[in-house]
Amino acid sequence: MHNGGCVKAASVAISAFTATTAVGRGHRALLDALKTRRSGLKRYKARSDFELDSAGPALDTWIGEVEGLQSITLPEQWARYDCRNNRLAWLGLQQDEFLTTARAAVERYGPARVAVIIGTSTSGIEQAERAYRERDAEGHLPQSFSYATTLNNFSAPALVAHAVGATGPTFAISTACSSSAKVFAAAARLMRAGWIDAAVVGGVDSLCMTTLCGFSALELLSRDPCRPYDAARSGISIGEGAGFALMEMRADAPVYLLGAGESSDAHHMSTPHPQGLGARLAMRGALSAAGLAPESIDYVNLHGTATRSNDSAEGRAVFDVLGSAASSSTKGWFGHLLGAAGIVESIVALLALENGFLPGTLNTTDVDPDCPNTVLLDNATCDISVALSNSFGFGGSNCSVVFGREPSAQSSLS
Amino acid sequence: MRTDNAAPASGLLPPAERRRATPATRIALTAAQQALIHAGLDPIQVPAVFASSSGNPDIIHDICAMLASGDYQISPTKFHNSVHNAASGYYSIAVGSHRAVTSLCALDGTATAALLEAAVQAIEADTPVLMVSYDLPYPFPLSEARPTVDAWALALVVAPATFERAITQLRLSDEGARDAVDTVLANPLLESIREGNPTARMLTLFAALAQSGASEVVLRQGNGRALRVSTVAC
Repeated sequence: MHNGGCVKAASVAISAFTATTAVGRGHRALLDALKTRRSGLKRYKARSDFELDSAGPALDTWIGEVEGLQSITLPEQWARYDCRNNRLAWLGLQQDEFLTTARAAVERYGPARVAVIIGTSTSGIEQAERAYRERDAEGHLPQSFSYATTLNNFSAPALVAHAVGATGPTFAISTACSSSAKVFAAAARLMRAGWIDAAVVGGVDSLCMTTLCGFSALELLSRDPCRPYDAARSGISIGEGAGFALMEMRADAPVYLLGAGESSDAHHMSTPHPQGLGARLAMRGALSAAGLAPESIDYVNLHGTATRSNDSAEGRAVFDVLGSAASSSTKGWFGHLLGAAGIVESIVALLALENGFLPGTLNTTDVDPDCPNTVLLDNATCDISVALSNSFGFGGSNCSVVFGREPSAQSSLS
Repeated sequence: MRTDNAAPASGLLPPAERRRATPATRIALTAAQQALIHAGLDPIQVPAVFASSSGNPDIIHDICAMLASGDYQISPTKFHNSVHNAASGYYSIAVGSHRAVTSLCALDGTATAALLEAAVQAIEADTPVLMVSYDLPYPFPLSEARPTVDAWALALVVAPATFERAITQLRLSDEGARDAVDTVLANPLLESIREGNPTARMLTLFAALAQSGASEVVLRQGNGRALRVSTVAC
């Protein structure tokens, strides 16, 4: 059997990154919350902040809501992009001087040499949910509803491209919960093909009734804050978030993309392969792309959704491929960010590399004995060189991404 | 492939999956199967790039209409069919492929983005790559916000230049103007279809492939820039 499709990513540097989630705005807030073990999850209420004009379903669950999106206003020239998802994207872009840094890169390389690739699962569907509630007597949507700039998956990448001024290839990847891990692989390919010099990659997904009710129907919503890898875990907590990274070919950056692996379970639309076959292929593909042995991986940010099926399948796959490498799921802090999970958890891995800090697994007390991988419960301080982030999604879509503090030994710009 | 009514059932899907699959998934898989057969490829060896502007438009409508009526009981099948990568997920299950599949969107430049991604994957991994684009119309009332002509799926196999069964050599470049003008089709009816369906925008390239001579086609990307595709018969 072949390894997962592997993407060689030598010397692709990550020169800036930012993340905004329920724990706060920007990567410093994220690192602070991780270090102080402060969760952003809260109990869901119908008529919550993101659903002010609707009663909503009575769901007994917890959510990771980004505070203050109600008062975010997009610049006037992009007002037609206004929806919860793009407010979150815009808020996220402002943090850590990311927008300024990205614009400087666009200036440096030229607009056409910078791609914008953004992962999202539901884009601005919350705006469509509202528009349907506001249909007139004949069933027409309100005139104010703007399809292309809200509901269509292209709306966030288009807004980000406008904001940074890039005119290189611009598109969305929408493979459910692996979406914004795959953006690293796609951007690195375009860079190595010589099509672009740099890329703004990211992911943004926001709370909406579609995902809350959909995961409720699948009986995958936890009644408590999610407890990844716990023997008593009972499902996910849905969150929202935005994350972005700037990728460039350079050799003086603090962190690098070393490789990515992509695979398919070919098993079931909404349940992972029980032995984590696709997960193994993705991790092996990422190792192969990076030219690294399994022992090189110092830390794994697990997909770790806290469903029964994900964690047991992933845990076995991680143990079989990576042995006893330290691993943790950080979804207890901000929830499952769906299409933004890949980018935000990649940023957790980058923070681990830059700060010599390994987050534990919040809310979890007793690791499931069915999960043989080494699950960190407590935070740890430890200088590490290489970290891997897993993201798996509906449709059996898997992606593993490897980052390191040094450019790959296979370094080659050809 | 074009269909005005129900999408054909794809031979790739076992009966149970065929019942659960949406029209978008069925038409996408039907086109995928034709391209794979034409190229003489075993699907389990081939990475795939799926692309759609509208995804599963009937499912998005159903869910929004249910939620607006206060019915929050979305069926599990409806929910998993709502994801943009439903077609690519069913595809990998149907053919038993563990290779990478992806699912892209760039509004009217969706098929163009997929062509570029497939070409870059084919060159980097030195392997044929399947590209499938599909777009179906939204039901009312979303149909008014996003009019879409007919239901279309197109599939291509893009391979490195050394692929022995190649029929045409493609050369891609992005030297075009920022506000590019698409190459158009001479036939007014076909041209109205090309303009009216994001997937059908690639019909100009398919016309060039069918004529099998040297030609050049301009395809607009999502952001309006030109992707210039020149074709030379092998």
